Amino acid sequence: MAITSVKNLKEFSTANDRFEGAHTLCPGCAHSMIVRELMNCTDDNLVVTTNTGCLEVSTAVYPFTSWDTSWMHIGFENAASAAGGAEAMYKARKKKGTLKDNDAPVKFVAFGGDGSTFDIGFQWLSGAFERGHDFTYICLDNENYANTGGQRSSATPIGATTSTAQAGTHSYGKKEKKKDIVAIMAAHGAPYVAQLAPNKWKSMAKGFQKALETEGPCFINTVSPCCTEWRFDPKDTISITDLATDTLMFPIYEIIDGHELNILYRPKNVLPVEEYLAAQGRYKHLFKPENKHVIEEIQKNINEYWEMLQRREEARV
Amino acid sequence: MAEKFDLQEREVWDGNYAASQAMRQAKVDVMAAYPITPSTPIVENYGAYVANGYVDGEFVMVESEHAAMSACVGASAAGGRVATATSSQGFALMVEVLYQASGMRLPIVLNVVNRALASPLNVRGDHADMYLGRDSGWIQMDAFNSQEAYDLALCAFKIGENHSVRLPVMVHQDGFITSHTAQNVYPLTDEAAYNFVGEIDPVDDMLDFSRPVTYGAQTEEDWHFEHKAKQHKALMDSVPVIEDVFAEFEKVSGRKYKRVESYMMEDAEVAIVALGTTVETSRVAALRMREQGIKAGVVAPRVFRPFPFDEIRDALENVKSVAVLDRSSPGGAMGAFYNEVSAALYTTENRPLVTNYIYGLGGRDFAVKDAMDIFADQKANADAGHITTDIQQFSGLRGPKLGFFKTKRG
Ligand SMILES: Cc1ncc(C[n+]2csc(CCOP(=O)(O)OP(=O)(O)O)c2C)c(N)n1
Ligand code: SF4
Ligand SMILES: [Mg+2]
Repeated sequence: MAITSVKNLKEFSTANDRFEGAHTLCPGCAHSMIVRELMNCTDDNLVVTTNTGCLEVSTAVYPFTSWDTSWMHIGFENAASAAGGAEAMYKARKKKGTLKDNDAPVKFVAFGGDGSTFDIGFQWLSGAFERGHDFTYICLDNENYANTGGQRSSATPIGATTSTAQAGTHSYGKKEKKKDIVAIMAAHGAPYVAQLAPNKWKSMAKGFQKALETEGPCFINTVSPCCTEWRFDPKDTISITDLATDTLMFPIYEIIDGHELNILYRPKNVLPVEEYLAAQGRYKHLFKPENKHVIEEIQKNINEYWEMLQRREEARV
Repeated sequence: MAEKFDLQEREVWDGNYAASQAMRQAKVDVMAAYPITPSTPIVENYGAYVANGYVDGEFVMVESEHAAMSACVGASAAGGRVATATSSQGFALMVEVLYQASGMRLPIVLNVVNRALASPLNVRGDHADMYLGRDSGWIQMDAFNSQEAYDLALCAFKIGENHSVRLPVMVHQDGFITSHTAQNVYPLTDEAAYNFVGEIDPVDDMLDFSRPVTYGAQTEEDWHFEHKAKQHKALMDSVPVIEDVFAEFEKVSGRKYKRVESYMMEDAEVAIVALGTTVETSRVAALRMREQGIKAGVVAPRVFRPFPFDEIRDALENVKSVAVLDRSSPGGAMGAFYNEVSAALYTTENRPLVTNYIYGLGGRDFAVKDAMDIFADQKANADAGHITTDIQQFSGLRGPKLGFFKTKRG
């Protein structure tokens, strides 16, 4: 496949611009950075499908479109099936020789928010992975249903307040742990699964390229800070992402063939999670004395998870 | 290249097998499906064609009917021929995507083997699923037997893929009564069938990268209405294409189809209007009534959507009393089919008396005798000059007689 150079950020960010800057995502929204990186990391033809969510409602408002490639949105849950269907059609037509250009390589990519990936669209995602369609699924994980105003999803972490799991006099926000989607997708036996972040743009572009190059279904969870619902200044998107990766709230790693785990980023100084939490309005209430135990629990979970990742990496099993 | 399938001039096929053969002959590029009784054999038969090299296309066995229709949408936008099959609960699970498929103007063919909707769970045939699809923006055609299930499935591709139509098409057949009853079917040869259906010429092909396309855009109060109105217009404008395709099919098969099939209606005084296998039952009943000197006839839409308002009106306007048979639970109103036929008849000079019979739910048998009783009711109405019963009655229901809605005429 045709890979775009990822040496220089300035060059890379303007390469092969198939995702227009004109869209209605909030200023500072990480969704567009992630999508742009994906679109820029390859010269191959792309069929992109997208679940309902902020990305979809902000990039294809009739009569406009931000997509300078084939793009489809059906519903909230079925972008994986749409990509699978299109990929099956590609195979059928290639075999019969009915494509306009029978030799040009084509890649299939589906985007979903955490809502459509972890929750409502999980069955469609799981099915498409079991069937082994040759496509890459990218989750834009902003840990809430942002498009509908910030409700909880099963990606919302413990302690975050959302409109449907609110902090109040009797509640510290979401009580349940975030679903471990990366492990679940790796357990499908997918050839390539990773968790990546837009602040580490080189590893993200490389991970995308790996996924596109790898035959079979590949899954990438990307942390996508949402200034509106996480409540931070739009100019701080990347510094918040830095805190996410340096506190290990979002460890960056890949899992190959369902078992071979590689950590892709090891912070020189691991920061305490308070720094990440304190930078966002959605965790403000945790700094009340009665909620101290929640921060402790979050830190404990992070430490345990990081320990587990390191052991798995070492074990090479 | 697909293996050659040996066909006899006359085969003994059930409706499911007939539908599968039509998909094989149309050289479907992608079939994405999920099994459910009674349409499961369509998927299984197709699986056997795949396993034995009789088809070249891709067979995607998804994890649900919602995913089946979703994959069909993705596949269809990627520019090839697409078909699937379902029934009942599977159809219900697909509904969200049915609207999305028609809104994107994708010519997918869906074979619907009609079955009741739970609860209570029931695997037998009624028209609840067919009715559930009636506002979904699809063309809906109705087969009354296996031969027709085959014929209409071939016509469906040619109608839906026509550039002035570009709409998805359902072909309905009755669960079990058609789908599992082996009958004589006269297939076209593979060559004749494919020549008739023709190659698909995709519009807005997602795999043509020289012209990128965006499918499934967002519209609000500014544009949604115009899109939906255009979609309705496309359905209404499909009528001449449907008629042309039926005419062309007659040339290659000798079998004639019309948007509304009328039986002994030239001089009919009373009529039954029905769908599915009930049409044939009612025709036998009409013959028997004629033996008793009662001028009975039967009217049946072959094309349920776009609704043949004009043809139904013309077929029935000179009848005195009409019974419209709904094989779906009316849910607190007149039967939906009754309402549509009544609306057509309201525009006529003579305004025949129209009554509604709910029958056959969950596969309850509907026999010739039942149809004859309904004709007898119509004859009584015709003689009295007004409706002599409740307007809505239940045919074949055990327990005390049920009836609803009274007339103010007569
Ligand atoms: C079947 C269905 N249920 C609910 C909705 C309403 N809905 C649209 S987008 C959305 C949330 C999207 O959240 P996520 O997937 O995380 O994407 P984000 O907007 O956060 O990027 C919801 C609840 C819908 N469109 N369809
Ligand atoms: S609400 Fe959040 S996810 Fe949605 S566009 Fe705004 S910043 Fe992006
Ligand atoms: Mg989200």
